[in-house]
Amino acid sequence: MNSIMLMTTARLLIPLLLLFAVFLLARGHDAPGGGFIAGLVVATAIALHALAFDIKSARALVRVHPRILVGTGLLISLVSALPGYVAGSPLMTGVWVELSIGSGGVKLGTPLLFDLGVFLVVTGMVMISILWLAEEEGA
Amino acid sequence: MSLTLFIAVIVLIGTVPIAPLTVRYFGDRAPYLLGLVPAAIAVVLALAWQDVSAGETFGYSLAWIPGLDIAASWYLDGLTLTFALLVLGMGVLVLIYSRAYMAGEKDNGKFYAFLFLFMASMLGLALSDNIITMFIFWELTSISSYLLIGHKNTYESSRDSALQALIVTGAGGLALLAGLVALAIAAGTWEISEILQRVEVIYESPLAIPALILIAVGAFTKSAQAPFHFWLPNAMSAPTPVSAYLHSATMVKAGIFLLARLHPALNELWLWTPLLTTVGGVTMLGAAWQATREKDLKRILAYSTVSSLGTMVFLLGLGHDSAVKAAVTLMLAHAFYKGALFMIAGGLDRQTGTRDISRLGGLRRAMPFTAATAALAAVSMAGLPPFFGYLGKETFFAATLSAGSLVVLLSLAAVVVSVLHFVVVGLVIFRPFTGSSTYEAKAPTDGPFTLWGPPMLLALLGLGVGIASPWIGSQTVGPAVNAIAGATVKSKLELWPGFGMVLLLSSLTFGLGAIAYKLQPNFHRVHLGWRFGGDSVFNWIIRSFLRVAVRLTMLIQNGQLSRYISIVVLFGTVLIFSAMFTGAAFRWPGETIVIRFHEVVIAGSVLVASVMAALTNSRLRAVAALGASGFGISTLFVFYGAPDLGMTQILVETLTVILLVSVFRFLPTTGTETSNRVHWRDAMVALAGGAAISVIALSAVATKPVDSITEFFRANSKSEANGLNVVNTILVDFRALDTFGEIAVLAAAAIGVIALLRLKPSKKGPQ
Repeated sequence: MNSIMLMTTARLLIPLLLLFAVFLLARGHDAPGGGFIAGLVVATAIALHALAFDIKSARALVRVHPRILVGTGLLISLVSALPGYVAGSPLMTGVWVELSIGSGGVKLGTPLLFDLGVFLVVTGMVMISILWLAEEEGA
Repeated sequence: MSLTLFIAVIVLIGTVPIAPLTVRYFGDRAPYLLGLVPAAIAVVLALAWQDVSAGETFGYSLAWIPGLDIAASWYLDGLTLTFALLVLGMGVLVLIYSRAYMAGEKDNGKFYAFLFLFMASMLGLALSDNIITMFIFWELTSISSYLLIGHKNTYESSRDSALQALIVTGAGGLALLAGLVALAIAAGTWEISEILQRVEVIYESPLAIPALILIAVGAFTKSAQAPFHFWLPNAMSAPTPVSAYLHSATMVKAGIFLLARLHPALNELWLWTPLLTTVGGVTMLGAAWQATREKDLKRILAYSTVSSLGTMVFLLGLGHDSAVKAAVTLMLAHAFYKGALFMIAGGLDRQTGTRDISRLGGLRRAMPFTAATAALAAVSMAGLPPFFGYLGKETFFAATLSAGSLVVLLSLAAVVVSVLHFVVVGLVIFRPFTGSSTYEAKAPTDGPFTLWGPPMLLALLGLGVGIASPWIGSQTVGPAVNAIAGATVKSKLELWPGFGMVLLLSSLTFGLGAIAYKLQPNFHRVHLGWRFGGDSVFNWIIRSFLRVAVRLTMLIQNGQLSRYISIVVLFGTVLIFSAMFTGAAFRWPGETIVIRFHEVVIAGSVLVASVMAALTNSRLRAVAALGASGFGISTLFVFYGAPDLGMTQILVETLTVILLVSVFRFLPTTGTETSNRVHWRDAMVALAGGAAISVIALSAVATKPVDSITEFFRANSKSEANGLNVVNTILVDFRALDTFGEIAVLAAAAIGVIALLRLKPSKKGPQ
């Protein structure tokens, strides 16, 4: 596929989609969003790249093999269970830190870390399905 | 002391990852350093010896999963201390022996790591007081045994034997788990020390007999009792240190240990004595007979081990005080002489290149120290005074003689077993070491000290213990017997019991044994019409499993995607309708439902798109229509206040369409050639599935929501989970463990996809 229109749109859309994914991930705890959806958005962006250009360059968008993403994601989610335990509560109890920046504030917590793990697993899994199933040359 | 129990197990577990590093930096000398760990622990535990033999017990409990009453709790009494010291002491000797035996082998780091894993699990098993904790260690010993039997993993026979041992002991482990849980429910506690206090409660429970049967099956598989015994002779493909340690001295005694530990709680049940004496009796006789017919030294020893284990089960089955004393004495004596004999067998194998007794002879001149050690150990096994084995045999006879009504039959069995063991001793000691020199290796020698030193030490200990029997009787055997009997029992061990039946039976054994040994070359002509095997049954079961699995897979997963979907949809439909007809009846929404205009529009377009997807002949059009239908449903989600679900659905629909489009080029361009019959069948399946879902949806609308958990989450998501998005707080906080399970499944699926893609046929191939 070599559609100029698609290529141009993709160039504009992909960064926006990726930003949107970060936004969804960060706001997920309080508003619609979250790691699962963010992961799907990133996968969509990469799929769009694959459609507009080619699969090889779409794969190159992420420097590591998606299976690394899956493994890292699992590990991060697992690690996020520990701080609560160390603090004396049952495993997976959320631990939050509120940072105030200027007038607003950012809240960071282990559930966000957990969600980050979910995000990586979902991204990796969908990338494997789409970019590796769809490819037939080489592999 | 109490906390030490916990630390001891943790330290051994901690040594597991250190072992390979030690091997890397210290090479073949590593086992010396590693041996210091169990030696130190043994010394520390031995400090409690005085108190324990005075009848004191130690306990330590650490909350682990309080919600399920599972605690990491530890307990030390006469029995557990004896068993723990056996595990650690043998461990040290086996490590020293491995220094010579495993020198220059590859994968030694792995070997020692697994050996320590086993040691830690065995110590944990001995010291655990909580049923679940103990069971976990029990299973860990099975796993480490699997890893150690299969150590030479380039040999198919090692791998097969390892797997066989794992399947047999693993299946027994499942039975054991069920039995232990039943016992705990019957007793109302998960702590073994408390279970032993609640005998009356247990006996009134209907669960008592099933618990006993299941626990016994677990113990029988682990301790190689007939008909599960066949894995143990096959496990001889493990390196010899493993055979000496796991499959003779310690792990195979775990079943015995468990039966002994639970003896006070179960031995008054009517089934206890018939079950254990029958199984134990058949095992001790059958295995002793088979031992005299083998040629491989290690297999001979393996069958005689099975026979001794049978004797211990048999004695515990008899259950009276002198039988328990005999069981403990035999357990310790057996560990000493059989551990030594296994090491000897390994030494012979290593120095001469074979373990076949028909190809060895006259080695006493070439290997004097090995021969002397073998003689010391064998004399103990034969039951000659003043060795430890003699005490084992004497107490065995004394136990059968006080067995009540069956005294003649049981004593006869005891004599037959002892005679056959006598023959085994002859095979092990006379064949390789006396007669004319026959061996294939050029000039066999004793080899390094570490190859014959540890068995020599064990054999000498056997002698020393025999001489010091009164002291051992009161210090070791006595406290263990008290723990098993659940009461204070007089257990004296003495070399000279005075003239009487015991002495008569002993003399009879020696006389008949000598005659039987002379006759042994003719044993192979005797056919009892029954081999003491079991392999064939095991293999038949495994083959049948595989055959059924293949057929079932061909039936359900024939590679045709439409078949999979049909099965899933039909199964769901059947479930839903059967639930509708049995429990929750179908309800028609009573109140009028207000249907708004935009809902009609969305539902209508979903309907149109779905029908189009079903009817069209073009694949592209079908995919587009499916996508449209999916988007319609996502829009409905958004309208009904589920934006997260709506967003997810939209993204999934998008990605599905992209995925389908991108795999199109692999599919044939012409339409699928399906007959009308198939079309109609698929249509019926689809309609049935749709009807089921509609029925559920309508019933759900009609049913007043019971106290919904929605309110709980809405009220608590801010305070408990610090978030406003209820869906997300459920996913990452309230139900984070479930989510973790789900992403783990996702990761497993990813591995599956990668594996499948690797498997795809190469371009050059016929496909």
